[in-house]
Amino acid sequence: MTHRKDAWWIAPFLTVLGFGAFIVYTTWAALQGEHYWYGSYLSPFYSPLLFIDSSAAGAAPLEHAWFGSWPTWWPAMLPSSPALFILMFPGVFRFTCYYYRKAYYRSFVGTPPACAVGALPRKSYLGETALLLFQNFHRYALYPAIAFVFILYYDAVLAFFHDGRFGIGVGTVILLTNATLLGCYTFGCHSFRHLVGGRLNCFSCDKQTQLRYGTWKRVSCLNERHMMWAWISLFWVGFSDLYVRLCSMGIIHDFNTWGF
Amino acid sequence: MAKRIFNIWRGDATGGRFVEYHTDVDTGMVVLDVVHRIQAEQAGDLSCRWNCKAGKCGSCSMEIDGKPRLACMTRMDTFSPSATVTLQPLRAFPILKDLVTDVSWNYQQNKRIPPFRPRPRDADGRYRMQQIDVDRIQEFRKCIECFMCQDVCHVLRDHSRFDTFVGPRFMIRLASLAMHPLDALDRIPAVRKEFGSGMCNITKCCTEVCPEQISITDNGIIPLKERVVDRFFDPLMWVKRNLLRRSA
Amino acid sequence: MVDIAELQTFEHDVVVIGAGGAGLRAAIECSRRGLNTAIVCKSLLGKAHTVMAEGGMAAALGNVDPRDNWKIHFRDTMRGGKFLNQWRMAELHAKEAPARVNELEEWGAVFDRAKNGLISQRNFGGHRYPRLAHVGDRTGLEMIRTLQDYGIHQGFAVHMECTALDLLKDGERIAGVVAYWRENGRFLLLKTKAVILATGGAGKAWKVTSNSWEYTGDGLAMAYLAGATLMDMEFVQFHPTGMVWPPSVRGTLVTEGVRGDGGILLNNKHERFMFNYIPERFAPETASTEDEARRWLQGDKEARRPPELLTRDVVARAITSEVKAGRGSPHGGVFLDIASQVPADMIKKKLPSMYHQFKELANVDITKEAMEVGPTTHYFMGGVQVDHESQQSVVPGLFACGECAAGLHGANRLGGNSLSDLLVFGRRAGLGAADYVASMASFPCIDEAQVRQSMRRATDILNRESGANPYLVHEALQKVMNDGVGIVRSEADLTAALAGLEHVKRDVERVKADGASQYNPGWHAALDLRNLLIVSEAVARAALMRQESRGGHSRVDHPNEEEVWGEYHIVIHQGRNGMDVEKVRRAEPPRELAAIAYATLESLEGSNG
Repeated sequence: MTHRKDAWWIAPFLTVLGFGAFIVYTTWAALQGEHYWYGSYLSPFYSPLLFIDSSAAGAAPLEHAWFGSWPTWWPAMLPSSPALFILMFPGVFRFTCYYYRKAYYRSFVGTPPACAVGALPRKSYLGETALLLFQNFHRYALYPAIAFVFILYYDAVLAFFHDGRFGIGVGTVILLTNATLLGCYTFGCHSFRHLVGGRLNCFSCDKQTQLRYGTWKRVSCLNERHMMWAWISLFWVGFSDLYVRLCSMGIIHDFNTWGF
Repeated sequence: MAKRIFNIWRGDATGGRFVEYHTDVDTGMVVLDVVHRIQAEQAGDLSCRWNCKAGKCGSCSMEIDGKPRLACMTRMDTFSPSATVTLQPLRAFPILKDLVTDVSWNYQQNKRIPPFRPRPRDADGRYRMQQIDVDRIQEFRKCIECFMCQDVCHVLRDHSRFDTFVGPRFMIRLASLAMHPLDALDRIPAVRKEFGSGMCNITKCCTEVCPEQISITDNGIIPLKERVVDRFFDPLMWVKRNLLRRSA
Repeated sequence: MVDIAELQTFEHDVVVIGAGGAGLRAAIECSRRGLNTAIVCKSLLGKAHTVMAEGGMAAALGNVDPRDNWKIHFRDTMRGGKFLNQWRMAELHAKEAPARVNELEEWGAVFDRAKNGLISQRNFGGHRYPRLAHVGDRTGLEMIRTLQDYGIHQGFAVHMECTALDLLKDGERIAGVVAYWRENGRFLLLKTKAVILATGGAGKAWKVTSNSWEYTGDGLAMAYLAGATLMDMEFVQFHPTGMVWPPSVRGTLVTEGVRGDGGILLNNKHERFMFNYIPERFAPETASTEDEARRWLQGDKEARRPPELLTRDVVARAITSEVKAGRGSPHGGVFLDIASQVPADMIKKKLPSMYHQFKELANVDITKEAMEVGPTTHYFMGGVQVDHESQQSVVPGLFACGECAAGLHGANRLGGNSLSDLLVFGRRAGLGAADYVASMASFPCIDEAQVRQSMRRATDILNRESGANPYLVHEALQKVMNDGVGIVRSEADLTAALAGLEHVKRDVERVKADGASQYNPGWHAALDLRNLLIVSEAVARAALMRQESRGGHSRVDHPNEEEVWGEYHIVIHQGRNGMDVEKVRRAEPPRELAAIAYATLESLEGSNG
């Protein structure tokens, strides 16, 4: 299969481990439907809050819901978790992301597992021309993803105000960092890079294209480290949820200036 | 000084095997120097392509310890002194002899690409372009055609889809034409249909092996894929192209 | 022995041998003229030696400094060549180079841009103004890829990895070429009306060289054996800056662009020694203090150029003197320092492949440390003697262009003049061949005996029971040339070298390659030895005859440039008993050109036309 002598399998192995852990944790956390709120902190998995089931433990106050209390049409067999309404958006964005595609094509389907290592045998290889044609819609996943960055920034700003009082806590720092990291990941997206300037053939032609060139250059800087942002923001968003969750469950204590 | 051990594939299209050679290695030597020493001292007919021996021509591509590398740019002091170094020909292409493969398929692909078609010159007979407009394509034009990206691309290497995918080298050649400020030909439909941009699943091995450090995937193939999306998969772009442009 | 009738045979109007810049440009021109053209090259297409050209191509476009024009380019070329250049060739070159650069751009070349959007131009040794159109430090790659990508759509046949063995003649005129496929060793016969040689030089005759394996003087030797004359063979350019460490890359080129962009040369006492080696002729145009040199680099139009940018022969000799005087670097070179002169990110941007090359091969970071450099065999100013208009040799139907033709560069070539040479005279050779073919009444006949002889010479090497190892014979030849026909020569050394070559010749005659004919590098090397030997002998004999020092030719026993020698070329041809070396008087220079060459700069500035 290969004559490589180095440990080529480490990277795909770690990828499987990392993604696996994240998927398992996210699914579990999303299905909880409780302990996503603590003080003024909202877990990023649950933002925006479209509906709120106030009866759940550690739920946010009802005034934070965009559309009010939990809908009656919601099937009883599903947990009443606000995360279920919204997680698909960042999920699809990440699933169709050019970096994640590389990562899971390599580590989960082995086309190829690593460079110059034989691809796992399959009947025929069609790339992204047949079933995977939907990957071309990545840019439509980008638009909501951009909205999410702003929503999460909004949440982070709100977190600084507990009962109308300004304050700073470990949680506020975590949530602000989370929004920033997601921003670095989202605004370094290949589709975004294309839309802001990459599609042009002449950057210097007029004022507008020159402006777009400047933006494209900055996006390109983020894009060069897209993989890094993808991983850090993935880890951090999970960590943010965990932090809020553990505080809400009373397992850990949040250090803050409000003194609760 | 102890002799170093090299396992070199010897044979031709009908078959072959690894042969072990023991030879001295001096300070600063690269793998190509070793091949030359073995040719001069032990195996006069050991076949190996090379030209400039300075990483500029891309002739001495081979697989060194299983990875495509330029033999002239692979220093011997990057290996442990006790390690056996394995040399074999590029695997994606038919073998001619020993370390030499038949790369003619690549030349056929290049010929399929419609040549550069410039817009008319400026009134004074010159062309004007700004450096910021050519930076992108100059990166692609650094390509020395070592064909290691073609070799490592699993679409060609493992799945043998030579019929549908033109390979990373020619994707960036297409990118260098598509992004050329002077080129007047619309190449996007061909990029998708004739040259198979959809076959690439952006697993980036081409970028990993590129001796010129061209960001083949991020700067070449993905932007081409995005241009294909503009043209074929984005209804907003379709509206912009067909309705707004006409009314304007 | 193969029956000639069964030999793989092609018929063409023109066969171009060599697929570098000159060969490709010639083939493009032939195709445009409607000729059935083939190009034969030893390597894969696009790998020819042109790919290694780094700095740029000289053309008086005047994009960066509008004072530049063809007359000043012409004057620089003549002065750089110590007035031994063919006047008319230098004139045509200077006049036509700008059109060739623009044409290349039209075919897809992407040169670095000036602020005004036009092609940018950089400074180089011996050029009065920034004149070299360039792409970072990989201009040759850009040129060959452009010609290749354009050329493959022009309809000429490309025979890749195919080596020409001998030229065939029908009486006096060219009739064909015998060649073999490297892949399988099978012979082929190319019947043709005309042959254009574009095979480059023969740097592989020296141990320390910037040239690739292909540079074995095939075209020079084939032309010589076919009755053509070789001229100016004593003028071999040693590039001042080749790598000297580690040993395995000794000779690999370090572009003059390093000095053009601000690099300075230092000895081990940290002195900028080039200020001590400014020749009288160039003193009025060269900076006299480090301060002035620095101001020039910053764009001060009143300041004069730094001495590091003197012509290559001057710099190479200066480095050799410093090393001989014990002021060299640890590995026998001098220091080339750009790190202290230019910010690191600029170095990486302007000289990316130099950065990469030193980092990968020598573990030296050129943005932090100085490079160690020394002279390396680089270029043949001499070659096949040709007509300046048509590039035809004395053999009807045999043309030569690029490095394998003589005349343009005289005793020393200016950096950047070779890439423009390739295009200007590649095109002209194509035109010359087209005119020649058009005037032909009948297809030449092939003499089967010539074909057989050529094939037998090749197969004998494989069929011998025993004989000399081609790799070792080649090494011996390189040693003879390095020791005796190096950068500084003497009668004693040259005589010894000629004796050494006689010795090598006996080995070449009984060289034996192991293995079969299929892609056999030992056999290929053995076949090249004949050509290397002929060229080496020609260089040594011409160098022995020229009793002066001029340009690329330096004699310790005749250290001065002698006016009387400026009136002669040394011309070599095959005689009845070996090589005939002749001193041939030059024609009087055309008066209008002489006036330009000896004019002051001020009188020429802004006088294009």
